[in-house]
Amino acid sequence: MKRNLITAVLMTLVTTILLGIIYPLVVTGIAQGLFRDKANGQLITRDGQVIGSRIIAQPFTGARYFHPRPSAAGNGYDAANSGGTNLGPTNQKLIARVADDAARLAAENPNQPVPVDLLTTSASGLDPHISPAAAEFQVPRVARERQMSEEAIRQLVKKHTEGRQWGFLGEPRVNVLELNLDLDSQSSQRATASVAR
Amino acid sequence: MTANGWLQIAVFLALIFLVTKPLGIFMTRVFNRERTFLDPVLRPVERLLYRVTCVDEKREMAWTEYAFAMLLFSVVSMLVLYLLQRTQLYLPFNPQKMAAVPPELAFNTAASFTTNTNWQNYTGEATMSYLIQMAGLAYHNFTSAAVGIVLAIAFIRGIARREKTTIGNFWVDLVRTALWVLLPFCLVGALLLVAEGVPQNLRPYDHAKIVETQQVPKVDANGKLVLGADGKPATDRVSEQVIAQGPIASQEIIKEWGTNGGGFFNANSAHPFENPTPLSNLIEMFAIFAIAAGLTYTLGQMTNSSKHGWAVWHAMAILFLTGVLTLYWAESRGNPLLHGVDQHVSATQPGGNMEGKEVRFGIAASSLFATVTTDASCGAINGWHDSFTPLGGMVPLVNIMLSETIFGGVGAGMYGILIYVVLAVFIAGLMVGRTPEYLGKKIEAYDVKMAMLVTLVFPFVILVFTAISSVQGFGTSSILNPGPHGLTEILYAFTSQAGNNGSAFAGLNGNTTWYNVSGALTMLIGRFMMIIPMLAISGSLARKKYVPPSLGTFPVTTPLFSVLLISVIVIVGALTFFPALSLGPILEHLLMAAGRTF
Repeated sequence: MKRNLITAVLMTLVTTILLGIIYPLVVTGIAQGLFRDKANGQLITRDGQVIGSRIIAQPFTGARYFHPRPSAAGNGYDAANSGGTNLGPTNQKLIARVADDAARLAAENPNQPVPVDLLTTSASGLDPHISPAAAEFQVPRVARERQMSEEAIRQLVKKHTEGRQWGFLGEPRVNVLELNLDLDSQSSQRATASVAR
Repeated sequence: MTANGWLQIAVFLALIFLVTKPLGIFMTRVFNRERTFLDPVLRPVERLLYRVTCVDEKREMAWTEYAFAMLLFSVVSMLVLYLLQRTQLYLPFNPQKMAAVPPELAFNTAASFTTNTNWQNYTGEATMSYLIQMAGLAYHNFTSAAVGIVLAIAFIRGIARREKTTIGNFWVDLVRTALWVLLPFCLVGALLLVAEGVPQNLRPYDHAKIVETQQVPKVDANGKLVLGADGKPATDRVSEQVIAQGPIASQEIIKEWGTNGGGFFNANSAHPFENPTPLSNLIEMFAIFAIAAGLTYTLGQMTNSSKHGWAVWHAMAILFLTGVLTLYWAESRGNPLLHGVDQHVSATQPGGNMEGKEVRFGIAASSLFATVTTDASCGAINGWHDSFTPLGGMVPLVNIMLSETIFGGVGAGMYGILIYVVLAVFIAGLMVGRTPEYLGKKIEAYDVKMAMLVTLVFPFVILVFTAISSVQGFGTSSILNPGPHGLTEILYAFTSQAGNNGSAFAGLNGNTTWYNVSGALTMLIGRFMMIIPMLAISGSLARKKYVPPSLGTFPVTTPLFSVLLISVIVIVGALTFFPALSLGPILEHLLMAAGRTF
C-alpha cells in the first residue's frame, strides 16, 4: 500500500518530466531544425510585417477580392478562437442565414447556382480554402472589378488550385489568401483597403 | 457518394489491415518482455525509471493490487493536473499570460484527461498555457492511453494464464507501454505532421496585419449589436489577426495514437494547424485505429489462437464499414431544407452537407474521420457532429453507444469487446445447454455477473443524467439547437463522457456547474466502474484450470462466431438505447423529411 503510493507519486513526477517536458522540447528542437517554415505556422511577410498565415483564412469582403467561406470563429476569422456555428440541420437560424446569403450571392452572379461551401461556415472558422466551383462562381465579379479578362482571372485561380493529394486524398481546393495576394501583385494599382459593406 | 470517396475508405481499411499483424507481434514481445529492436536504447531508460520510482520489476501482482496501483496512479496524476491548471499563471511556458482555470472547469478537465475522455469545456487556445498543454494535457494523453493498454494486456493474461493468482506488474506494464508502444511512434509521427504543416514552437501568438482592413459590426459581450450616437449600428475597424500557435504537433500525434482526442485548439482536428492536409488527416485516422487493431493480433498470439484474434478483427471491421457507409451516404445527400444552394457533388466541388466541414476534407474524409473517432474512444473531430444531418449525426452517437468496441480506444476497446465475447460465448452455451467455455476457460456465474455489471453501469449513467438534464432548467438552458436536436445534444454529451470518447454535439454549453460536475462524475464512473469488474473477471479467469476443447465447445475462431459477436453487440446496444434514439435523431430525420424546422 505505502510502497505503491510512493511509486505513484514518483512515477507521476518522473514521467511528467520525460513525456511532458523532454519529449515536446525534443520534437520542437528537431522540427525547428528540419522544417523551420512549417513549424512556425507558414507565416507570410510583406515589407517585414507578418500579414497572415498561408493556411489560416482571413476576412475578405471587398468586391475586388475572392471571398473565403463564412466564419464562426470568434467575431469571424479569429485565429485565437477557432470554431463553427454548431447549428443543427433543422435549425431555423441556419436555414434563414443560408437563404439570405444565397439571395445576396445570386444577385451578384445570377448565371450560376451558388456552391454549397460558399454558404456554409467551415468547421474551424479558419478554412483557408474554397472549392474550385466556389472560385469559378466569383470569377465574373472579380474580373469586372479589376477590369481584367475572366480568362486571366481563371488562369490565376488555376495556378492556386491544389488537386487531391496523391491523386485521391481529400478534395480539390483553392487557397484564397494566396490567390488574392497574387491578384494584388498582378493588378497595376496596389491594393488599397476597400470599404466593407 | 463518389468512387474517390469509396477509394479513400478502402485504402484506409487496407492500411489498418496491414498494420495489425506487425504491430500486434511487436506488442506481444513488449508485454512478454522479449527482445525488440528498440531495446538497446530503451532498456537503460526503463531500468533507470524503475530505480528512481522504487519498482521491483520481477514482482507480480494479484488483480486486486493491480487495480489498486492503477487507481493510485490515476488519483495522484489527476490531482497534479488540477493543481497545474489552478496555478498556471505562476508557472513557466505561459507567454500569453493565461489566468488560473476556474475550479469546476479544472476539475472537469482533470477528470476528463485522466479517464482518456478528453471532453473539453474550454477553448484551448484561449485558456491553457503551453505548460498545461504539454506537461498537463499531452502528458495525460500518454498515461491514460498507457493505462488503457496495460489493462487490456492484464485481461488477456487472465485468459492465457492457468491456475495463477497474478496478472502482471502494473508499474512495469505502464512503463513498457509508454516507452515502447507510445513514445517512439509519437516522435516519428509528430515530425511527419510537422512536415505536413502542423506547427511546433513556443513563441507567443503572432499578430498579423491583414491584407484588407475590415469594418465589422460592433457587438457587446452578449453578442448584441451596439448602436452608435446616430442610431446606426456602430462598427469596429479590424486590421489585425492574432494567430494562435504553440507546441501543437507533439500533442497532436499522441492525441490520436492514444485515442485521447483533446485538441490543442477548440476546433480540434478541423483546425488547419492541427490537420493541415488530406495526408495529415489520413495519418491521424491511421494513428487512431492502429494500436486497437494491433491488439486483436496480440490477443490471438498471447492466447495461442491467432484465428480468434482475426475473428474479432473481422467483427470490428464489419461494424466499422456499416457505420462509415451510413454516415457517408447521409452527409452526401445534403440538407433538403436549404434552398438556392448547389449541394450536388461535381468534379469541382464536394457538395453535400458542408456546414461545419472543411473543404480540403470534403464529405468522404469528414465522414470517415467521424466514424473512426467514435468507433475508437478518440473524440477528435474534423467536422462538427452537431451540424451533421440527423442520421449522419446518429452514426457517431451509436458508435459510442456500442461501448466503442469497433476497434475502440487503445486497450479500452479490447477489454470492452472481451466483455461482449464473454456474453457471446455465454449465450452460445445457453443455446446448446452446456457450461460455456472461452479459450479453454469455463465461464461461470461470477464472470457473467461482472460482465453484466459493465454492460449495465454504462447505459445507467447515460440515461439517468440525460433524463435529469432534459427536464430541468439547469440542463435545458445549455441547449443550442431546439427541437429533437436538443435532446440529441444532451444524450450525446453523456454518452460521449460515459464512453470516455470526448467528442461532442458541441452546441451544448458544457461549461456550467451542472454539466462540469455531472460530466466529471460520468467520466469517472464510465472509466473506473468498467475497469474494476473487468479486472475481476481477469483475476477469476487466471485462477481457472484449462479445459481442453471438446466436440461441444463453441469455436471462437469461425465466421459464425464473428456474426454472433456482432449480434450481441448490436442487440444489447439497440435494446438499451433505441427509445432514446427514436426521440432524438430518428424523430428529427422524419420531421426534416416532412419539412419541419425549429
